[in-house]
Amino acid sequence: MNLELLLGLLALGLVIGVVVALVEVYAPRPLAMVALAYEWFFRGVPELVLLFLFYFGPAQFGLDISAFFAAVLALGFRSSAYQSQIFRGAIQAIPSGQSLAARSLGMGRLKVIRHVILPQALRLSLAGWSNEFSSVLKDTTLAYGIGVVEVMRQARYLTARNFPLALPAFLAVALMFFVLTYVGNWGIGLVERRLRVPGLESRS
Amino acid sequence: MPLLRVEDLHKQYGAEGVLRGVSFTVEKGETKVLIGPSGTGKSTLLRCINRLTEPDRGRVWLEDVEVTSPKTDLNRVRAQIGFVFQDFSLFTHLTALDNVRLGLLRVQGMEKKEATERAKAELARVGLADKAKAYPAELSGGQQQRVSIARALAMDPKLILFDEPTSALDPELIGEVLGVMVKLAREGMTMIVVTHEMGFARSVADEIVFMEHGVIVEQGPPERMFRSPEVPRTAEFLRKISELYGESG
Repeated sequence: MNLELLLGLLALGLVIGVVVALVEVYAPRPLAMVALAYEWFFRGVPELVLLFLFYFGPAQFGLDISAFFAAVLALGFRSSAYQSQIFRGAIQAIPSGQSLAARSLGMGRLKVIRHVILPQALRLSLAGWSNEFSSVLKDTTLAYGIGVVEVMRQARYLTARNFPLALPAFLAVALMFFVLTYVGNWGIGLVERRLRVPGLESRS
Repeated sequence: MPLLRVEDLHKQYGAEGVLRGVSFTVEKGETKVLIGPSGTGKSTLLRCINRLTEPDRGRVWLEDVEVTSPKTDLNRVRAQIGFVFQDFSLFTHLTALDNVRLGLLRVQGMEKKEATERAKAELARVGLADKAKAYPAELSGGQQQRVSIARALAMDPKLILFDEPTSALDPELIGEVLGVMVKLAREGMTMIVVTHEMGFARSVADEIVFMEHGVIVEQGPPERMFRSPEVPRTAEFLRKISELYGESG
């Protein structure tokens, strides 16, 4: 359940994060302000509060959404705000001369973003993104707070019936997240090496 | 009809007028060399021609199309005007071949196979057939600038604008870029070149334009401009720049 939650919120965060970053950098001021307000809200409110808002909020209007769906939305929106800043930094790191060069070839703004800016910006984002990945992976346990049957809750069920299992159960949860973080970062590193541009950046 | 007509261009940054009424025409096949002290609006002028910088006032025509008209399809016009930047501005995530191919694929909508052929031919034209797979960071400055010339050439431009194409290069790399430009001029390419390379100006230019403080001070064929300029300031500038940069190239 944690993995499904992770994939859902990462995908949501990635898509919205890229859009928010692009809007903040390129869009006219009023629209950019909207993106900025969105980003501030989701970076400024505690995750547990967001979870409660998204789960119990709609219920007040008779809207019954599942705890899982609420968790994906709350954590996904929150992650998108953080991810947007990773992408914004990377987009602004691309020398503006490249945009001018692309425009001088007759490429429209969207084509420049699609073929020149994003391929480079996403690659530059990978290091920062691995941080966000590690962070949200562990945040999935917060969904416990609104009753999603994820690994923390399962550990709690187990220990509720059999208290002496508490230490080994939570140690197992800890180990699981440790391994997932390690494997995930290893995978991102692999992607990073594959996408490395020969001669361009210093080796790490 | 001239290939390019520039009429009364004005551009102001803050209180400072960078262009203060510049007009000239370029005939097909002509090489015009633009000289003048730095900060006199030469680069701004080039950028106003394809509206990478939006002029405040004035008009530009490419043949019978008014570039400065709000109704003009700007991307279509830009695709017909090559631009070579001082710092090359290659796409760093793409190989030399892909840099040259990008415009063909994404602007002209050419088939991949045809675009590849064309891009290879343009790389060969600037002497870099063997560097197609190299990334910009693996190339010398001179090679990078030649790739950027190939990138402009691939679009079959009616005109190429060169903005100080050798100013960022080590002295020993300047020759290879100028060599390509001389060849293009001889082949009849229409070019406007901002440069301090007086040797190039003297041997290749059909006309030299001297600009200062946002206006054209004097223009004429190189023999006359070098031998007997009408304006004292032109003579002074030419003497200074020739001392500084020599006449090689």
